[in-house]
Amino acid sequence: MDEAIIDLNNLCFRWKKSGNILLDIPKFQLKQNEHVFLQGPSGCGKSTLLSLVGGILISESGSLKVLGQEIWDLSRSGRDAFRVDHIGFIFQLFNLLPYLSIEENVMLPLSFSSIRSNRAGKTKLDRLNEAQRLIKSLGLEEEQAEKRPVIELSVGQQQRVAAARALIGNPELIIADEPTSSLDTELRHSFLDLLFEECKKSGSTLLFVSHDSTLSDNFKTKSSMDELNIIN
Amino acid sequence: MLNILVRSLWNRRGTAMLTIFSIVISVTLLLGVEKIRKGVRASFSSAVSGTDIIVGARGGQLQLLLYSIFRIGNAPNNLSWESYREFSNNRRVRWTIPFSLGDSHRGYRVLGTNQDYFKYFRYGNKKKLEFSKGKSFYEVFDTVIGSEVAKNLNYQLNEEIIVSHGTGKKSFLQHDDRPFKITGILRPTGTPVDQTVHVSLEGITAMHVDWESGAPPMEGESLSLEEVLKLDLQPEEITSFLIGLKSKIHAFQIQRRINSYMEEPLSAILPGVALQELWNILRTAETGLRVITWFVLFAGLLGMITALLSGLNERRREMAILRSVGAGPVTISFLLIFESTVLTLTGIIFGIIFLYIALIVSQPILETYFGLFVSVDFLSLQDMILLVGIVFAGMLMGLIPAIKAYRQSLADGMTVRI
Repeated sequence: MDEAIIDLNNLCFRWKKSGNILLDIPKFQLKQNEHVFLQGPSGCGKSTLLSLVGGILISESGSLKVLGQEIWDLSRSGRDAFRVDHIGFIFQLFNLLPYLSIEENVMLPLSFSSIRSNRAGKTKLDRLNEAQRLIKSLGLEEEQAEKRPVIELSVGQQQRVAAARALIGNPELIIADEPTSSLDTELRHSFLDLLFEECKKSGSTLLFVSHDSTLSDNFKTKSSMDELNIIN
Repeated sequence: MLNILVRSLWNRRGTAMLTIFSIVISVTLLLGVEKIRKGVRASFSSAVSGTDIIVGARGGQLQLLLYSIFRIGNAPNNLSWESYREFSNNRRVRWTIPFSLGDSHRGYRVLGTNQDYFKYFRYGNKKKLEFSKGKSFYEVFDTVIGSEVAKNLNYQLNEEIIVSHGTGKKSFLQHDDRPFKITGILRPTGTPVDQTVHVSLEGITAMHVDWESGAPPMEGESLSLEEVLKLDLQPEEITSFLIGLKSKIHAFQIQRRINSYMEEPLSAILPGVALQELWNILRTAETGLRVITWFVLFAGLLGMITALLSGLNERRREMAILRSVGAGPVTISFLLIFESTVLTLTGIIFGIIFLYIALIVSQPILETYFGLFVSVDFLSLQDMILLVGIVFAGMLMGLIPAIKAYRQSLADGMTVRI
């Protein structure tokens, strides 16, 4: 199985028609089940690239296929639906909606995607069980998970809940944008291990983006924005 | 999705409640003003409900209506007893009630009339006057007082009161040599009757019998009570009189005959027509009041936009998260329109509840102190239309933050630079 999850060719991106070109990436590929580390200093356009892959931004030239689908051919609402159906996101900070419970936060994508909802479980109870399983396997105590509002969780715990949300319903692609930057070193590695394990279990491809090159040892495939983006 | 919306709103309940509160106030005000406006009209109409024609000396119809029924202002002139007799004997006339005005008691108007007043006068929904205590006047110096006079001045039966000459609150000329005894107190009516001191026409004559051209008699020239009572106290003049017809069909015919009466210049008015003129005058004030309440509502809705707009910045993260799990910018902006609609609707519901509580509480107060009867009934169709309009206005107002949220979530995407 070497079907490309992401297949990007000759991407050229700038914010405004008259502006400077920010990204010029001749080629970037992500194969199925790969765990890729993409390194780059802050401000180099990593997040912009992720927004492009997520279908939030579109580029004026080039081609970007995600799961074989030319993503810019889709309508805007089509891209929104495609995003939730096939991609799970984890961000650096503030991943959770403070007014929802931990389970509700984890199950949030399911209410936007029937594909992932069906994969997570046939009934509501099944889906809840799946959410609880993920929470547990990502190392959150169940009693903690049930009782406490999400804002009282530590940052490390919040990131695990965010990871569970990205993973639920087994999306083909997990995009993690600096998910460990606010964690201390020890937590970083245990978080990564759990993330790898769950990605393997669900057969998800992982694109891990960070400025911190010390993390790259954990990954087999590495790449850096400097190499990809010929503008810099 | 609905769950997210409700929980998100609940998370910001402090601001949301303030917003709702300002809408509650404006809705209550808007509906309340409308209720009071109707109440005012109803009270005015109520005071003349059984009367077909009002007759007075020649003058404006509104003036006649105001001084004879509402005890506001003074009559320009009197009319003769002969004219009154002439028309009260007309074959089309079922009853007449003579009114003699011009004196007062501690700010309350004194009305000279006869027993027909208690027999024929109707108010509200064709209701008869009733006594809460005592009975009608039979002696010359008997008086029947309205419920409010009794309550505010704390008068009991058989107490004696002094009538002042003229209608000012502080009159220097007192009819203090001829006190009146309270023989009856009327039940509240919500009309000017409550604020009236009723005496017989003979009582009015008796008070003024030895006066000359509006001045009290010289010392030593005034008559004693016994002397007065021996005189013929039939009045020579009265101020106005009310007519009840056997059939309303003849109202215009009788009115025309009175207006063209050769013996004396008289004015006959139809209360409904005169009230209409009153409404026309009051309309400006009503409009002013309504404009103010509209502005209050506008301010309330504006407050809502302000709250939503200023909340948007804090909610960028929330929207970015929703974007990352597949919510489109349209969904995000829909969220805000829905929110403003929910806020407006809640405000309206509580506004209605608040209005009814306020009405129930204030109804007795308004009735006793202002003679204003505000009915606690269901909302009129007009009110409903108004409320639906407010909901739409609320939705429309939500559009402004919604558009901003739409742009913002397009620009931010899933990442927020805080």
